[in-house]
Amino acid sequence: MGSFQSLPDDHQYRTLSQKTGFSLEQIGILHNRFKQLSQNEDTLRRDDLKTIQDLESNPIRSQIIEAFFDKRNFQKDATGSVQEIGFEEFLTVMSYFRAPAHQITEEQREEIRRAKLRFLFNMHDTDNDGTITLEEYRHVVEELLSRSGALGRETAKGIADAAMLEVASITVGPMAPDEFYEGITFEQFLKILKGVEIETRMHIRFLNMDTTVLCK
Amino acid sequence: MDDTAGTEADKTNPELFTLNYARIKIPFEITLWVLLASFAKIGFNVYHKITVWVPESCLLISLGFVVGGVMHAVRKEPPAVISSNVFFLYMLPPIILESGYFMPTRPFFENVGTVMWFAVVGTLWNTMGIGISLFAICQIEAFGVQDINLQENLLFAAILSAVEPVAVLSVFEDISINEQLYIVMFGECLFNDAVTVVLYNLFNHVAAMEVDEPAVIFMDIGGFFVVGLGGIFFGLLFGFLTAFTTRFTGKVREIEPLVIFMFSYMSYLIAELFALSSIMAILICTLSMKYYVEENVSQRSCTTIRHVIKMVGSVSETLIFFFLGVVSITTEHEWNWGYILFTLFFTLFWRFLGILVLTQIINPFRKIPFNFQDQFGLAYGGLRGALSFALAFTLPNSIPHRKLFITDTIAVIIFTVFIQGITIRPLLKLMNIRKTNRNLETINDEIHKRLMEHTVAGIEDLCGQWSHYRWKDMFMKFNNRFIRKILIRDNRPESSIVSLYKKLELRNALEILDTMSGDISAAPSLMSLYEERKNASKHKKFLPSDVENMHELLSKNMYKIRQRTVSYTNRHSLPNENIAKEILMRRHTTIRSSLRSGSFHATNSANTSHKFCSLPVGQSLNSGFPPGRFRHTDHIDAESETAYPSNRSTFRHQRRSSSKAGIPLRPLNDLREDNEPNEEMPNKMSHPRSKFRHSGHQTSRQYYGTSRNCRDTDFEEQQSSLSPHGWTEEPQNNSDVQHPLMRKPQ
Repeated sequence: MGSFQSLPDDHQYRTLSQKTGFSLEQIGILHNRFKQLSQNEDTLRRDDLKTIQDLESNPIRSQIIEAFFDKRNFQKDATGSVQEIGFEEFLTVMSYFRAPAHQITEEQREEIRRAKLRFLFNMHDTDNDGTITLEEYRHVVEELLSRSGALGRETAKGIADAAMLEVASITVGPMAPDEFYEGITFEQFLKILKGVEIETRMHIRFLNMDTTVLCK
Repeated sequence: MDDTAGTEADKTNPELFTLNYARIKIPFEITLWVLLASFAKIGFNVYHKITVWVPESCLLISLGFVVGGVMHAVRKEPPAVISSNVFFLYMLPPIILESGYFMPTRPFFENVGTVMWFAVVGTLWNTMGIGISLFAICQIEAFGVQDINLQENLLFAAILSAVEPVAVLSVFEDISINEQLYIVMFGECLFNDAVTVVLYNLFNHVAAMEVDEPAVIFMDIGGFFVVGLGGIFFGLLFGFLTAFTTRFTGKVREIEPLVIFMFSYMSYLIAELFALSSIMAILICTLSMKYYVEENVSQRSCTTIRHVIKMVGSVSETLIFFFLGVVSITTEHEWNWGYILFTLFFTLFWRFLGILVLTQIINPFRKIPFNFQDQFGLAYGGLRGALSFALAFTLPNSIPHRKLFITDTIAVIIFTVFIQGITIRPLLKLMNIRKTNRNLETINDEIHKRLMEHTVAGIEDLCGQWSHYRWKDMFMKFNNRFIRKILIRDNRPESSIVSLYKKLELRNALEILDTMSGDISAAPSLMSLYEERKNASKHKKFLPSDVENMHELLSKNMYKIRQRTVSYTNRHSLPNENIAKEILMRRHTTIRSSLRSGSFHATNSANTSHKFCSLPVGQSLNSGFPPGRFRHTDHIDAESETAYPSNRSTFRHQRRSSSKAGIPLRPLNDLREDNEPNEEMPNKMSHPRSKFRHSGHQTSRQYYGTSRNCRDTDFEEQQSSLSPHGWTEEPQNNSDVQHPLMRKPQ
C-alpha cells in the first residue's frame, strides 16, 4: 500500500492487473472512481463510502460497506477489519465481481464460484466464527425486509427461522431431538446455493464511459 | 276420412317427437366439434408415454386426417371455421391470451432485448430470405410457376415465418431445458406472431394493389413500426384500465374474471379497429396487468381466471390443429413438387442461418451467451403451426395460386410438426443441452438471490457503473411510489420474499387439507379463510363468514371422524351427538387460536419436517402457537416430537400436566398404567378397545363425563397415531378447552 502513488503508474497497474485479473483499462476506470470517492487521497474510509447517495436506498448497505474493510476479503486467513483501505484492497474486493472469462476449465469455474460465495458468506458472518448463526441470519432478513415497512419484526423472524430450518433439512438431514443446530457453515452454504448460478449473476459489467460525472 | 281425421289429430295433438335440427344446427355443431377435440385430448393422455414421444399436435392432426377422410367419403363439407373473421376474432385471441398470461415475467424482462431481437429481426430475415429465394426459384422454367410475382412470394414467405411454440415448449419443459432458452423461445414465438400478422397484412395490401413500386413497400415498412407501437400503446392503456378497475371490485368478486377477460378482448378489438397490431396489444395488456391484477383479486378469482384462460386457449389450439387435419383432406390441392420441396428446404435453411447470424450478433450483449447447442435448439424448434395454416387459408381469392400456397403451407406444417416435433426430443437429449435446476424455489434461494442482486447493485453504485439492475431498481422505486398506489387496492409495498413465503404457506395449507380430508373440496374453504383473515386482520374479530367457513371445513372433516367413533364405541355407547359436538368445538377453538396467533408460525412448523425442533427453542417457534402439527411424518415417534423435545410416553404426561383439569384425569391415568403391562400393542387397534373395556367395567358415573372427555382425547391421540390426519394438534389444546367442556356433560 505504501508503494502506491496517486498518479497512475503503468508498472503498478500491470502488477495489479496480474494480481486481480482486471484489464488495464478497467483498472484505470476504477482508479478514477477511487480517487473521486476518497477525495483524491490515498486511502478510503467508511465515511467516504457512506456519502454515496445511490447506496442509501440499498437495504444491505452497511454490510456491503463493511465488506470492503473486512480483512478476510483481502488475504487468506486474516481476520478483523481495518479503518481505511488503499486502492489495492479496493481492487481486490472488486475482483470478486469480475465476470468470468468464457473459456475456463471446470476447476477454475468452481474456484471462482467458491471465491464469490466466500465473499457472500463473509458478508453475513459478522462475528467471524465460521458459521452463520440464527441471529446473524435473522439480522440479514430483517434488513432485507426493512424496505417493506408494513411487516412486523415477527414476520421477519418467522421467515428467517423457516429459512434456517430449510437449510438444516437440506444439509444435515434428520437430527435427533437433542441436537442443536449451530449455524450454517461454509460447506452447507455452498450446498444450498448449488442451484443458483452465482458466477454468472454476480458480476459487474464495465461500460466504457466516464461515469464520474454522472454518478455521485 | 282418414285424412281429415289425421289433420284434426295433428291439430289437436301436437307431435310428441319432432326433430328441429335447423334451429340448433350451429351451436350443436360447434359443441360437437369441441367435444370431439376434447375426447381426443383425453384419449391421448391416457397413455402418458404417447404424449412424451409424439407431441400432441401431431396426434391431433392425425385424428383430423381420419375425420377428414370420413367426411370426404360421405361428401360432407367441414364447417367454415377457418374463415377469416372466425379465426381472427374468436380463435386467435384466446391462444395469445393464454401464452401471454402464463409467460414468466421476470425472466422475460431480463431477456427482453434478445427476445425482441429474434422476434422482429429474425422474422424479417426469414421472410425476406424465403421470399426472395422462392422468387428466384420461380424464375426457373422447369417448375412452371413463373407467374408468381415478388409480392406474392413475399406474402407466402410471411405466412411461413410464423413459428408455433406449443409442441416445442412442452418438449422443452419436459426435459427441463435451461431457462434462458425456454424464455427466448417462448417470447420469440409470441412476438413473432405479431410481426407475422403485420407483415401479412402489409404484403396482402401490396399484392392486391399490383403495383411494383419499391417506394410504396418501404413506406409501408415505416407503417410497420407505427402499427407495432400503436399496439403496444393500446395494450398498456387497457392493462392500466384493467388493473385500475380491479381495485374497486372488492365487493363484487364474482365479476372479477369477467372484467379481466373483457378488457383484454377489448384491447384486441380496439387495436383491430384501428388496424394496429392486435396481437401486440393483447400481449402487452396481459403482461402489464397481470402483476397488479393478481394482487387485487381474490384467490378464487385468480384461480378462475387462470383456469378459464387455460381452458379456452387450449380448446382453441386443439380445434385449429384438428381442423388442419380435416381440411387438408377435404380441400382440393394443387401440388407442385419443385416449389414445395424448395419451400421446405428454404424454410429450414433460412431459419438455421438466421439463428446463427443473429446469435453471433447478440451474444456479446448477453450475460449468458448462447452456445451452439442452444442455437440448434432454437433453430430446430422452429415448427410451423396454427397461425401459418390460418393465414394461408385466409388468403384472398384474388391470388391465382392460392391453392398451391395452401397445399404448400400444409406440407411445411406437417413436415415440421411431425418430423421435427418427434425428433427434437431425442436430439436435444443427445446433444446434452444445458438444463436448469428445477427444484421448487425455496425461501433460501429467494433470499440469496435477492441478497446478491442488492450486493451487485450496491457495488455498482459504489464504483459508478450502471447495468440493468439499476433500471430494475429505478422501475421498482417508481412502481412502489406511484403505480402501486393507483392500481392496487390494499397498498403495502411487499417484498417478493414475503409473497413467496405466503405462497409457500398456502401451498402447505393445501397439502394439509389434502392429507387430512383427502378431498380437495375443502381447499376453497381454507383459501377463503386465509383471505378473510387477511381482510379481517384489520378488524381483529371474527366475521360471521369466517365462522361459517370453519363450520364448513369442520363438517367435512367431522364426517370421517364420526365414522371412526362409531366403530370404536360400539361396545357400549351409541354414537353420541355430544361426541360430535365436542369434536366440533374443539377443532373450532384450535383453528381460532391458531389463526389468532398468526399463521406464520403455524405453518412455520408445518413447513418443516418436524425432526429439527432442536433450533434454539423457546423463541419464535413457540410463541403463541399450539405446538402441534399438521403434517404427518412417517415415524410415529417423530409425531410426538413437538417443540418440546420429548418422546412418546412423556408426550401423554406432558399433555396431562398441562391440562387444567388435573384431578379427574388421574384415575384414567392409573387405568392406562394398568393397561400397559397387559398390552403388547401388536395391533394398535386393540389398544383403545381394551381401554374402553376397562373403563366400562370400572365405571363410576361420576366421572363418566370427564373420563369420556379424556378417553376421547386419548382415543383421538390413538387415532392420530393410527391415522395420521392432523389430529395430533388436538390434544394439545385440550388444556384450553377442557374447562368449558368439563362443565358441560355433567
